[in-house]
Amino acid sequence: MTPGPITLENITKIYRTRAGPHRVLDDVSLTIRPGDKIGVLGPNGAGKSTLVRIVSGAEEPTRGKVTRGMSISWPMGFVGGFQSSLTGYDNFKFICRVYGQDPKALYGFVQDFSELGHFLREPVRTYSSGMRARLAFAISMAIDFDCLIIDEVIAVGDKHFQEKSRTELLDKRRHKTMVIITHEMHFIRENCNLVYVVRGGELHRFEDIEEGIHFHESWFG
Amino acid sequence: MSSLIGSARVQGRVIHALLMREVLTRYGRHNIGFLWLFVEPMIFTLGVAALWSAFHAVHGSSLPIVAFAVTGYSSILLWRNMGFRTIGAIEPNLSLLYHRNIKPIDIYLSRLLLEVIGATASFVVVSFIFGMMSDDITWPENLAEVIAGWTLLAWFGVGLAILAGAVSEEHEFVEKLWHPAQYLLVPLSGAAFQVDALPTALQKLALYLPMVNGVEIVREGFFGSKFHAHYDVGYLVTVNTVLTVLGLAQLRKIAREITPE
Repeated sequence: MTPGPITLENITKIYRTRAGPHRVLDDVSLTIRPGDKIGVLGPNGAGKSTLVRIVSGAEEPTRGKVTRGMSISWPMGFVGGFQSSLTGYDNFKFICRVYGQDPKALYGFVQDFSELGHFLREPVRTYSSGMRARLAFAISMAIDFDCLIIDEVIAVGDKHFQEKSRTELLDKRRHKTMVIITHEMHFIRENCNLVYVVRGGELHRFEDIEEGIHFHESWFG
Repeated sequence: MSSLIGSARVQGRVIHALLMREVLTRYGRHNIGFLWLFVEPMIFTLGVAALWSAFHAVHGSSLPIVAFAVTGYSSILLWRNMGFRTIGAIEPNLSLLYHRNIKPIDIYLSRLLLEVIGATASFVVVSFIFGMMSDDITWPENLAEVIAGWTLLAWFGVGLAILAGAVSEEHEFVEKLWHPAQYLLVPLSGAAFQVDALPTALQKLALYLPMVNGVEIVREGFFGSKFHAHYDVGYLVTVNTVLTVLGLAQLRKIAREITPE
């Protein structure tokens, strides 16, 4: 199936807080075309992650419509979903089942990429945080998605692993659609063709990357 | 239509994945592993049957006590533990929601399915064990009726658990109340008495408890001619439907507000 666009139409998201309703996104719309590399910028707490979770379907909007024409990853390298009493292998197998993939076909890649060796057969709770990150990243790379969600890029593992991950993600998967949240502007400059700035419940779209970055940074004065 | 079948297949896949994860987490890969799924409730049933026999508990009938205990206690296990599996179940699993196809309902259904499988397996196995050991339990006179009653009880448990779980996500007091509620409901659930032995006035009251109706159906199927059952299938189905609809509606509501970490 050829990937189609992801569209958000008139999305409003309101969180309930003790101080009353908090409107994070106010009637925003956006379209992600296949192949787009979208950088999402904005101050802390402005709703970048909320926007991306609504794009990926991890969270539902309060109002508005989302249509998804392509498969979307969970945040690349996200370690939160592991069941720590299970082995790395069992966690990997769980993900394969969820996405309808054959673990046998993907295991070689995960073993190779994570560099975990026999630790894959040990419970995840025995892993260091670096090892967890390597496992998470390897699993999220093993499954083939049309659109990759990248929240705070690849600060995982040691320098060697970071470089390897960046190569795997940004060179080998150049043709993929990507939605990227980061505070590293050079990363946006090098990889994105579109910038969205989330601020004050609004979404500002920039085709000119420099203009978008400038708009984002101007807020900080 | 094809998209409906497609999403049913995805949901089946997700529930299977969650179920296997739950089995591995709860019972591990070692020892007898998943056998615990029904060994655990089996030990309970055996213990209760033994206690009741030892104290010649008054259950108001001439029915064999072991068979009475097996049908009664198995029925309790079927619906009672389900609430414990759904109340507060979403929070520790929030990060799973980053996988787009995993929804709160799948977390509930996988856990409830595991409960049904465990309780059913234990009911069957324990019945067979006692059946072989003594003449106390004979083959059910009407197996289809046992299955029907069992299914209605399971449905009651599932509906109640979804509602209790979904409300607990919004109101913590549900978690606090569930324990005392369990202890109060268990003796009233019909496991340890038969409706026919109650005074007429109490019979009416007892049948307001949905699970009493379920247990009576199971026992009628089991003991048939030796048992005078009282139940109202229409009432049980109505309660089950209401619980399920309210539970799903509440779950739908909280699902819109859940924020993964």
